[in-house]
Parts: sequence; C-alpha cells; structure tokens
Amino acid sequence: MDLFEYQARDLFEKHGVPVLGGAVAETPEEARSAAERLLPEGGGKVVVKAQVKTGGRGKAGGVKLASSAEEAEQVAAQILGMDIKGHTVHRVMLAPAAEIAEEYYFSVLLDRANRTYLAMASREGGVEIEKLAVEKPEALARVGVDAIEGIDEARARDIAAQGGFPADLIEEVAAVIVKLWGVFVAEDATLVEVNPLVRTGDGRVIALDGKVTLDGNADFRHADHATLEDSHAADPLEAKAKEKDLNYVKLDGSVGVIGNGAGLVMSTLDVVAYAGEAHGGVKPANFLDIGGGASAEVMANGLEIILGDPDVRSVFVNVFGGITACDAVANGIVQAFGLLEERGDEISHPLVVRLDGNNADEGRRILTEAQLPLLEQVDTMDGAAQRAAELAAAGR
Amino acid sequence: MAIWLTERSKIIVQGITGSEGTKHTRRMVASGASVVGGVNPRKAGTVVEAEGASIPVFASVGEAMKETGADTTVVFVPPAFAKDAVVEAVDAQIPLAVVITEGIPVHDTASFFQYAINSGATRIIGPNCPGLISPGKSNAGIIPADITQAGRIGLVSKSGTLTYQMMYELRDIGFSTCVGIGGDPVIGTTHIDCLAAFQADDETQAMVMIGEIGGDAEERAAAYIKDNVTKPVVGYVAGFTAPEGKTMGHAGAIVSGSSGTAAAKQEALEAVGVKVAKTPSETARLMREVMTSR
Repeated sequence: MDLFEYQARDLFEKHGVPVLGGAVAETPEEARSAAERLLPEGGGKVVVKAQVKTGGRGKAGGVKLASSAEEAEQVAAQILGMDIKGHTVHRVMLAPAAEIAEEYYFSVLLDRANRTYLAMASREGGVEIEKLAVEKPEALARVGVDAIEGIDEARARDIAAQGGFPADLIEEVAAVIVKLWGVFVAEDATLVEVNPLVRTGDGRVIALDGKVTLDGNADFRHADHATLEDSHAADPLEAKAKEKDLNYVKLDGSVGVIGNGAGLVMSTLDVVAYAGEAHGGVKPANFLDIGGGASAEVMANGLEIILGDPDVRSVFVNVFGGITACDAVANGIVQAFGLLEERGDEISHPLVVRLDGNNADEGRRILTEAQLPLLEQVDTMDGAAQRAAELAAAGR
Repeated sequence: MAIWLTERSKIIVQGITGSEGTKHTRRMVASGASVVGGVNPRKAGTVVEAEGASIPVFASVGEAMKETGADTTVVFVPPAFAKDAVVEAVDAQIPLAVVITEGIPVHDTASFFQYAINSGATRIIGPNCPGLISPGKSNAGIIPADITQAGRIGLVSKSGTLTYQMMYELRDIGFSTCVGIGGDPVIGTTHIDCLAAFQADDETQAMVMIGEIGGDAEERAAAYIKDNVTKPVVGYVAGFTAPEGKTMGHAGAIVSGSSGTAAAKQEALEAVGVKVAKTPSETARLMREVMTSR
C-alpha cells in the first residue's frame, strides 16, 4: 500500500525523523483553521499541497503558497477536487513554509533483483530521481544493505558520504538515515523515500516530502495500518470483493473472468484479449482469482461480484483441477448457482466453463447433467475464451 | 537424475499437524514421496497417519534430521511463525527448505534468505510457492502428482496453477523436475538457479520457463541463458494484456512504467534464442516441436 505524503509525514514524526509541522484538510474551512495554527512556524506562510498518489502535482498546480489563513482557504478550495493525472484530490496537506538552503535525496527500498535492501542517496535532490539516475548516475549513490545487519550509524555515515553530502553535515544526515531505517523496519515498509531531504536556512536537516510503501503481508502485526487505507480509492466492486476476501481487480472490458490461481487468471486475461481481437476488440472485464480450492461459496461470491459489474456481457470460468479435482469444482459451480438463487441474484449473462485436469470427464458430466441456465462448456482454454468473447460481442 | 529432489530424498514437514500440513503430507505420501517425519514442538512424540504410514512428529528440525536422515523440509507454518521455522531449518543445516506458506512479510523473507546465504548450507525454494516435483520419484509441496508423468522436460514457473496447466498439456512427454519458485518479491530460488541446475542435469533435455509481468527476473534469465544454457528453452510470460500499476494476485506481478512488461520480457528472451509463446497452448506446441525434433 502506497501512503499519502501526510501519512508518511506522520509515520516519520512517530519514529523521530525531523519533519515540519503539518495538518491535513478535506475542506477549505479545515484548511483555514490548520493554516492559522501553522502560519507562525512558517514565518507567516504556509504551503498547501494536493494529496495524490502520483508525481508531478506541482506542475499540475496542486502545490501553492499562502500568506494568510484566508488565502490558504481560497487556495485549498481551488486544489480540492482537482484532477491530477486521473487522481481526484480529496485532501490537502498544509505545512509551514521553510527556507530551503539545499535539497538532497535519500531512500531505502526492497531490492528484488538482489533479494535484499538498497539505500540510495544524493546531494542533488528535489528533482525526479528517475531522471537523475539516468542523466547523472554518478550523483546517485546506490548502497546495498544487508537484511540482517541493517543500517547502523557507521553504515549511515558511509551512505551519506557516498551520496556526496557536505562533510559538515554527514553526522546529522547519518542520524536522520538511521531514523528512516527505523521507519522502514518498524513499519514493514518496502519503500521509504525522502525527496527532498533539505537543509534549512537555519541549518536544520528536515524530511520535507516523503513516500512510504507498506507491505500488506505484514498487516497482521500492524493493526494501525488498516486506518491508512484510502477509502476514496477503491472501486466499489473491488471494495466489495475485498470484504469477501476475493482477489479481484476491475478492468475495462466486458468478459468477466474467474479462475483458480493468479498466474492462470493472468494468462486467461491474455487469452481472452487475443480471442476478443476477432470480435471487435472485446476485452476482459476483471481479474478474479478464487484460489486453489474453488469451493461453492467462494465460487458464488465470485460470480456475484462479476455479475454485479454492469459492463459484463459474458463470463468465462477457467478452472484447472489440480489439488481440487474437477468433479469437486463442478459440484461447487452447481451449488454456487443454488446459493445465488437463494440470495436472489439472477444469472443474467451467459457463462462459459472450461474444466480441465484431474477428473475432468467426471466434472464435465456433472455440469452437463445439472443443466444450469445459460451455462455452456468448452473443453480447451483457447476455445472457451473464443466462445466467451463471441458471446460478449453478441451481448453488446 | 532430476534436480534437487530424487527418489532418495527424505522429506520432513514443518507444520505437519496443521490442516494444510496434514492434507498435503498425505498427498505427498500417496504420490510416492518418502515423508519420514514432521515437526511441531508442542506435539512431539505423536504420529500423523498418512496413507497407512505413521509419520513421527519431532520437537525440532535438528532432532527430525538426526532420527530420520531427512534432507528436505516442506514448510506449512503460518506467516507469523514462518521466519522462525525457516531459521530453525537453516540452523539444522538441512540442504533443501521448500516454503509453501503464503503471505509472509517480505522483511521476514529477506531476513531468512540472507540467513540461509550466510550459512551456505540450505537452498530455499519459495515462499508462496507450490514446491517441486520430480514425477515418479518424489514430491515436496502441493503440486498434484497425477496430472503428468516422468520425462525429460525441466519446468520452472512463478505460478502454481499455470505450472499444473503446463504439466498437464505436456503429460505425454513428461518432466524431469517441475519447480514452482513462487511469486513473492523475494524468493530463495530463481529462474536462473533452476536453468543452471537443468542445464547440468543429464536427464533434462529441454526447459520450459514460465514467467509473469513485474520485476526483471526474466530479463536476467535471458542474459544467463545467452552465456550458459545450451539446451533448448521455451518461454511463456503471462500478463501481456495487463494494465499498468495493478497488482494481480502475486505481489511480484505488478507493472510499473515501462519495465517489467510482458513485451519487454519477450524481447529479451527472444534476443537470446528462446522461443516465447503468448498462450499456454502455444507454449506446449513449441515445446512439442522441440522434443520431437530431437
């Protein structure tokens, strides 16, 4: 989960990373009262920043300076509701203005390629770091971090030195790096980035803007992380799927897809899209992985989500019977139809089912004999995708 | 020969008394694997019945190895305790640890992976993987045994059911070893490790490599193949039509920016002579051509 800037700021503060004051506002009025509190710290000025999980908000007009509470209210009114690269601004963060002498960069992240962590540091921060990495790679130090040893003070000094920080600042920057490493470990983050890390006119080192990504697998030991979830972001169907513990992603096509196993479902999306090329560009409507077991209840929940998508015209159920053999999957589908009927959900679109693998013949026989409404079987993945695409095109 | 797992492998199961652990222990035994013990400190001294065999439960991996000569552990321990379980296995210097558990925090995985590297004694496969099978010889994990047979193709894949699909499509030709390496951002054994082992394995004549969007593992595998692999490789990458910035089930399977796309992976693989298919059925067809032309 990616955090908003204000959430990252709060986490930094919690772990002793030096930050400026800050407050979040969802209305211009809230922005006004926050500005009143923050104006003194900012020497009579505050910055109002759009909270969106994308870059380039400054260029888009999402960051503005205000010299009074009234002005902060007006600026917030302009920024709230803005669309920045497809992200609607629901919140602004207010921070006291700071006199910036120099801008630096620091991050620590999971390095998948080397299966450990990587710290990156540069004296030249405040710019797009991807750009710096390409145009001036020598200015960006990349230092591997051992997953067991981590970053202690000596290591942090080394990172700061390699990043080219001024000699008189190394101690102070190293102390901040150790604190940021603390955030990374204590919060189970996969990314902690500060850009810019600044030296202020009065010589303080402060994390001015931060990005944090948290590992969802670690939620079980961070009860507080649930509150960081962005309620605005979730697609309503995705939110409903999450409630039912389903692994669902809404896409923009019209063939509903259900399968067992993430790789197989991703593969199914491809096969449907290829098949759809012959039917006017029909595409998959979603990703939905119901896992290995494919029980009746999970199947019913999955069908309910997919049939609730108004864009769906046909459904492709693609199951490979491995651990759970096809006869069990077929019985699950039959029971799922019963469950949906009990819930008052109507099977409103044609379903194409492909069962293959263990006990495929028995599974297909069960489905044939059940004579379920609007359900047809095709024995191969490619053939079933063709049929589902054809039905979706016909249903438009 | 097969790689890492043979008819001589002696398997123990950490978390054998949990529902998944017991269920899959029975399946492993039924498929002919030699499961010699289980580990659960709170149930040491008891046995788990599996297909007519009484499998003893030990207090620790070390004790289980001492008593049974086990050389492989399959880990079904829940996410919160998985790191301790793997560290225990590494401390006991077991040669192969297959971590099935899904949902382990990546900090824990990075830590136990580094721990295993430091010890130098243990290969980790997974986590969040289906394990590996050498059909007709042994089976360590949750891969169904009855969908394929022994043969001369080596298979490496990030995905579970996609692995099964491929094993099934090519069941008439058969496999030396199929390895599900798992879809997490940090995994103990990579595509490259598997390609190297298959290249060195006399029994393996050709390899199927299944990848998916995200990361650059396939690109790095391509670079490795160029310099080190002489046996034919057929590749498949899932997620050609996936939109950017969406996570699809596997934590690894997310495309951001231009890197990690299926097209980029295909290009890298084809540049080193790997035939890359766009669907599972095409992958099977390409591999069939490779095997019949030999």
